[in-house]
Amino acid sequence: MLADAILVAAKDLRIEMRSRVTVSQVVPFAGLVLVLFGFALDANRPTLDLATSGLFWVTVLFVAIMAVQRSTAIETTDGARRALLLAGVEPGAVFMGKATAVSVQLLAVELVLTGGIVVLYDASIDEPLLLATTCIVATIAIAAAGTLMGALVAGVRARETVLPILMLPVLAPVLLGATRAFDDALGSVAVNGWSWLAMLAGFTIINIALGVLAYGVLLEET
Amino acid sequence: MGSRLSTAIRYLTRASWKPIGCASLVASAWFLIRHVRQGPRASTDSVPDVSVVRLNAVVALLGRFPALAGVDLDVSAGEVVLVQGPNGAGKSTLLRLCAGLLRLESGRAEILGLDLAESRHAVRRRVGLLGHDTALYDELTVIENLNFWASASRVDRSMVPPALDRLGVPTRLHDVAVSKLSAGQRRRVAIAGVVVRRPELWLLDEPHAGLDQMGRDLVDELVVDAAAAGATVLMASHELDRTVDLANRIVVVAGGMVVADTPKSKEGGNDAC
Repeated sequence: MLADAILVAAKDLRIEMRSRVTVSQVVPFAGLVLVLFGFALDANRPTLDLATSGLFWVTVLFVAIMAVQRSTAIETTDGARRALLLAGVEPGAVFMGKATAVSVQLLAVELVLTGGIVVLYDASIDEPLLLATTCIVATIAIAAAGTLMGALVAGVRARETVLPILMLPVLAPVLLGATRAFDDALGSVAVNGWSWLAMLAGFTIINIALGVLAYGVLLEET
Repeated sequence: MGSRLSTAIRYLTRASWKPIGCASLVASAWFLIRHVRQGPRASTDSVPDVSVVRLNAVVALLGRFPALAGVDLDVSAGEVVLVQGPNGAGKSTLLRLCAGLLRLESGRAEILGLDLAESRHAVRRRVGLLGHDTALYDELTVIENLNFWASASRVDRSMVPPALDRLGVPTRLHDVAVSKLSAGQRRRVAIAGVVVRRPELWLLDEPHAGLDQMGRDLVDELVVDAAAAGATVLMASHELDRTVDLANRIVVVAGGMVVADTPKSKEGGNDAC
């Protein structure tokens, strides 16, 4: 299963590197959203300071929708999903591989966004370890839930519009936990970020378990 | 020498060995009697009457629509069966069902001796389906695509270059992104992907579509060679003039059912069903 997951992840990342969608479209989009939020809230500087964590993670969710849509399209465009079934790849391995590839892309975008909030919003990072751990754990949760939702809407005609409607409510707890943990890491709000991170970790484990179990059912055509 | 032999016989005839000895004797006798009565068991390659596809009153749905509405079909090992019928008759659905990609709504289906309702995953690994899609990733090169599918199918990657060569895909195209290939070249690469898997059951849906004359000839050769090697081929095609010569049986599907099943005689004509 691990070998299959690595195979699928490597394939998705190679496709992403060749198409350069993340670099040429997703990263600029994320930067634009960050700048626009800054324009909207810059008149009230304390509000921007308080909202920095939330704006960061809302931007990540927007980016995640794009990444998951792209990841789903890779398999649905020319019947590759059917070929994966015929090849006999474990559905759980396909899920893990695709979620890993989405996670890597999101982490790359988050790295740029972190630089963005430091430069544009003048944010200071008080606890780098908490910030980094939150990014990793929340990203895995987002990628896992997103990959599962992507498979759910793969056969739907209007999947581009249906995906955000399904994905965003499911990811609300991640947004909440990640924002609170980030508040602590950036020192903007006095909360215990590590306890929020623990909640986030629990949610991540649930998302991964659900994905591994349910992806096979969703991958089947009927 | 004589004393050693008698010691060995004494050792072997000790009381504790007797039940084991008797059991082995009975088992050997049983095996010999069966072997003599039935003859040696040959591989499926050389026994043409072993059913590779056995469908009884099979119903399969596409959504709520019964795309297969009670199909009966029996295909033996090594047969090349041409599946004929008008558009929407259920030809492609029949091939997808045989590949284990569709759920049985009712009826009974055995593919390669496996119950399709219980062993869909095992069936999938042993068949090769060439559908309308090519299942190739545009951004990857030809060789990267086939290497991925070979690894995913647990097939040695060294099988890929010979398969591409067999389909007439020149070496200069191996490292070219699939998005830069013509439709015919893509089709050839997709067929090479099926060849790499060395399936026991070939399910070919319009295999000549989009190919030039040379490509069509190569597909014909592939089908002949696959059947000669003991594989079974089910082929849906509208190209009657080309495929009739390849097939030893023609099955006509209409309205999700087999409406005619015509074996070809040795003289080349079709016998009445």
